[in-house]
Amino acid sequence: MAECHPVGFQWVMEAKLRGATIIHVDPRFTRTSAMADLHVPIRAGTDIAFLGGIVNHILQNERYFEEYVKQYTNASAIVGEGFDDTEDLDGLFSGWDPERGQYDPTTWQYEGVEVAPAAGQREMFTGEPHSERGTRVTMQHTDPTLQHPRCVFQILKRHYARYTPEVVEDVCGVPKEMFLRVADALCENSGRERTSAFCYAVGWTQHTVGVQYIRTASIVQLLLGNIGRPGGGILALRGHASIQGSTDIPTLYNLLPGYLAMPKANFDVDLRSYIGNNESASGWWSEFPKYIVSLLKAYWGDAAREDNDWCYDHLPHLSGDHSHMNTVAEMADGKVKGYCLMGENPTVGSMHGALHREGMRKLDWLVVRDFSVTESADFWRTAPEIARGEVRAEDIETEVFFFPAAAHTEKDGSFTNTQRLLQWHHKAVEPPGECRSDLWFTYHLGRRLRELYDGSAERKDRPILDLTWEYPTKGPHQEPDAEAILKEINGYTVADGEPVSGFQDLKADGSTACGCWIYSGCYEDGVNQTARKKPWTKQDWVAPEWAWAWPANRRILYNRASADPEGRPWSERKRYVWWNGEHGRWEGFDNPDFVLDRPPDYRPEEGTTGVDTIAGNDPFIMQADGKGWLYAPNGLLDGPLPTHYEPQESVCQNPLYGQQCNPARLEWHRKDNPYHRAFGDPRFPYVITTYRLTEHHTAGAMTRWLSWLNELQPEMFCEVSPELAEEKGLANGGWATITTARGEIECRVLVTRRLRPLTIRGRQVHQIGLPYHWAGRGLSRGDPANELISFVADPNVSIQESKALTGNIEPGRRSRQRRVVTSGPLASPPPGDAHRDLPPARNKPEGRHGLSASASQLKEPTE
Amino acid sequence: MTLGTEPATRKGFFTDTTVCIGCKACEVACKQWNQLPDDGQFFTGMSYDNTVDLGASTWRHVAFIERPVPLFADPIPGDSDETFSWLLMSDVCKHCQRAGCLENCPTGAIVRTEFDTVFVQPDVCNGCGYCVVGCPFGVIDRREDDGRAWKCTLCYDRLKDDMEPACAKACPTNSIQFGDLDELRRRAEERVTQLHDRGIGDAYLYGADAAGQPGTEGLNAFFLLVDEPEVYNLPPDPVVPTKKAGAAWLSAAAAALGLLGAAVGAVVMGGRR
Repeated sequence: MAECHPVGFQWVMEAKLRGATIIHVDPRFTRTSAMADLHVPIRAGTDIAFLGGIVNHILQNERYFEEYVKQYTNASAIVGEGFDDTEDLDGLFSGWDPERGQYDPTTWQYEGVEVAPAAGQREMFTGEPHSERGTRVTMQHTDPTLQHPRCVFQILKRHYARYTPEVVEDVCGVPKEMFLRVADALCENSGRERTSAFCYAVGWTQHTVGVQYIRTASIVQLLLGNIGRPGGGILALRGHASIQGSTDIPTLYNLLPGYLAMPKANFDVDLRSYIGNNESASGWWSEFPKYIVSLLKAYWGDAAREDNDWCYDHLPHLSGDHSHMNTVAEMADGKVKGYCLMGENPTVGSMHGALHREGMRKLDWLVVRDFSVTESADFWRTAPEIARGEVRAEDIETEVFFFPAAAHTEKDGSFTNTQRLLQWHHKAVEPPGECRSDLWFTYHLGRRLRELYDGSAERKDRPILDLTWEYPTKGPHQEPDAEAILKEINGYTVADGEPVSGFQDLKADGSTACGCWIYSGCYEDGVNQTARKKPWTKQDWVAPEWAWAWPANRRILYNRASADPEGRPWSERKRYVWWNGEHGRWEGFDNPDFVLDRPPDYRPEEGTTGVDTIAGNDPFIMQADGKGWLYAPNGLLDGPLPTHYEPQESVCQNPLYGQQCNPARLEWHRKDNPYHRAFGDPRFPYVITTYRLTEHHTAGAMTRWLSWLNELQPEMFCEVSPELAEEKGLANGGWATITTARGEIECRVLVTRRLRPLTIRGRQVHQIGLPYHWAGRGLSRGDPANELISFVADPNVSIQESKALTGNIEPGRRSRQRRVVTSGPLASPPPGDAHRDLPPARNKPEGRHGLSASASQLKEPTE
Repeated sequence: MTLGTEPATRKGFFTDTTVCIGCKACEVACKQWNQLPDDGQFFTGMSYDNTVDLGASTWRHVAFIERPVPLFADPIPGDSDETFSWLLMSDVCKHCQRAGCLENCPTGAIVRTEFDTVFVQPDVCNGCGYCVVGCPFGVIDRREDDGRAWKCTLCYDRLKDDMEPACAKACPTNSIQFGDLDELRRRAEERVTQLHDRGIGDAYLYGADAAGQPGTEGLNAFFLLVDEPEVYNLPPDPVVPTKKAGAAWLSAAAAALGLLGAAVGAVVMGGRR
């Protein structure tokens, strides 16, 4: 966190100053470790085993927060009889469907009730989609004593029983004593009087089991009562200034603003079925229709009427997986014609740069908007395969358009940070030359498209022609007014255009329009609430008048959990929101995240639906059952409980199960995307992990052009332990070549004690650290680490596994031979066989794991 | 000699190295505000330190010291990490009470300001370089392209506008604290006590006053360290050369007298022959 979020880290330092214990778990000793009370070196890719060990420690030693667990989590819920655990099936859960190559979650459900998840794969449920989910939630079977063998609590206990400190040591390479110190520190700093927080970043997400990493942390935090309370939580440290904003108002292919699902072509055939598939009969998602109708009104204004489903058919409908890696793989197969890159440099920042470039060579056109001509914009001229003559620039037919972009200081707009805080920034200077803001580009592109389609009678052109696209512009370049867009995001009443005061004002009858329901309220009273800059010293400690947080300016989500079941603060020290019986409402330092006038003792009657199903002790209002999910009966594609699987490429066999890897992971079986052996590949004996440095930013387009930053970190390097340096003859400051089956890179060597070999079952395991900022352009240059990484992904969110893989390192500069696998194999095929999957999962059809490779991709690429 | 007309309070830096996260924001903020050139790109292989030392165009420098010594005396059995720690420290011109550079400067280019800081007037400096050898810390240096001597100004221009220096402003963790010297000393002493209470018994102040560092008579930019000064590339007992000037003149005079006596003696003795 100190490395990549130094400004946010000031608050960790503030906590430390006030006596907090800081623990840092990381394969490397970093700047964060230097500040921590304890650094725990861990084998990359084993965090579920580590956190699972903590879960087991809490359960075995009865260190959980009993009242919180019983009342606020689904510990007492009873799971159906058909559920089998990984402990019974050697690493698979019940419901594995070898025909489809994925799980059927039917057996994971609560007994007698089907519930929709708050997030994740909301459309994933048993059988045909229907809107009945949650209707019987009030009749759910529970065992408040937590003794029933099929209650979540007992299932959890059995599932993690084998995650003992000894197993943690065996899997993670973390000495037992050190592990226990972490577990005890967490337990001692949790409960009524104290809370603990987890912070994570892509070190947890970029794995084939990334979502389950965070799920494991959720289990720990729910057991310890650390969610919804001040000083608690699980904090996702986002990688860019507004990447939180780009998931809220998404650049993701499968979401609409405010985490509404993108319609699926095959079953969301009309608005009724779409709403039916996405709303929940219980919990807050019962409000879903209001949000989608208001969004459609914001998009298509007067054209959106009740008799045409509010223009629902104008929305794009998904026909398949169009996530990043699938799109690039299809591009490489010649199936994608055009590609827009706005502030993204995927040939450096994303996995397997060579495959990206192969894809871009097959495009008709490419649009890049960035501060500088990035490696992605220049792929046709300065790529390594071109420098080596493997590809000739004159053979590439892609037409490339480069648009210089304005920096954030050159435009108005907002950043949404890790804490869901929207902070407005004002333009300080005009952008130089031809540089323009993204807003300018998008608005004028839309405007010109509408001019082109003007007068068209074709139905397919209606979505563009019907758009509400009237924004005031200003200045010499007709820059659209960013505040006008913020106002549309906030929402307004259609009749008079007045801003609504929040999402509670939204209606499903077309009388309101709202661009993103969770942001509703950010322009309350016609005032840009996100531009508020009242210092914390001049208001109370929650500082609600600094900027604006979604939802409803709430600074801590699910904060009903900061009070006990009767609505009293768990302790004076940790008071945050509470029930005021006299006023008949919830009050506190923050905006209560609950139905304001719902008394703590309210219990819904059987058969209740909608928001009325939220009982007075249901803090997790977005869940259909109002409880924090220790066990996820729905919503995840790879199982209801996190389980330790090894990365796609590992140095170790999975010591816990016969199933080596996440069975539901996404693979791309292509000649240009070879994998190593599952474990023990003699060609690639070392663990590789990638990361960022403080001195540079992601793929470097912003930083590698600045001499003041380049002098601080002037060259690509790898970090290795003195032991590995000695084993391989690597000299500090000298050169090394690092290889995987995908590519080969060279870099400087930094020998440091901050990397150290771990002992895993008596064997020494070496880890190599690689920053990934460098590439072929800019003032400081080097090889990109991501050339080494394969296309393989977490099934839930299609994120690549770049934080744990295997590779080899040799002293000296790279060979002058072939450098990227897209031009032909780099290494001989893996010797022997090491299965990743148990027989039922091994027979999965390849097509279910990413898109199937066509016959042509399975052949050697032709010269 | 002081610049300005109104007397101001004595200003300085207290750099608390125990909260430095090594982000180098101070280095970049300093270069940006003062429009200093980069030092060239050179991968040193010395931890994360690629700018190496203070110089004519690097007025803040962050040292990264990987040392085989634990920070806390609280070992975990079987953990070799306990024998390792990474010290991070943002170094800067010390603005000494007895400033060797100032006292060596023959042109009066180097002055003490109304903020009690040491400032090189670039329009007066003739590039003689006497100041360079006068600094016991090796801070001040001449720029190759123009020959003049440069070092941290403690953002004299910002202080004139009532703003704190760029490095302190950019520091996210308050490792670099700017303020009135008396207040900084008080805060620093409190911090040392706090660290001692928390088991970091090695914490001490470097150059906080004349008693602790007679050779400079105290530093306006002083530090909280947790290891010997040499570990941070600081001299253990810096002495401003001019401090020895008096004694040097005395001994030179004594030597001259002795020589004179010897010469006279030789003549007298010779005359007797």
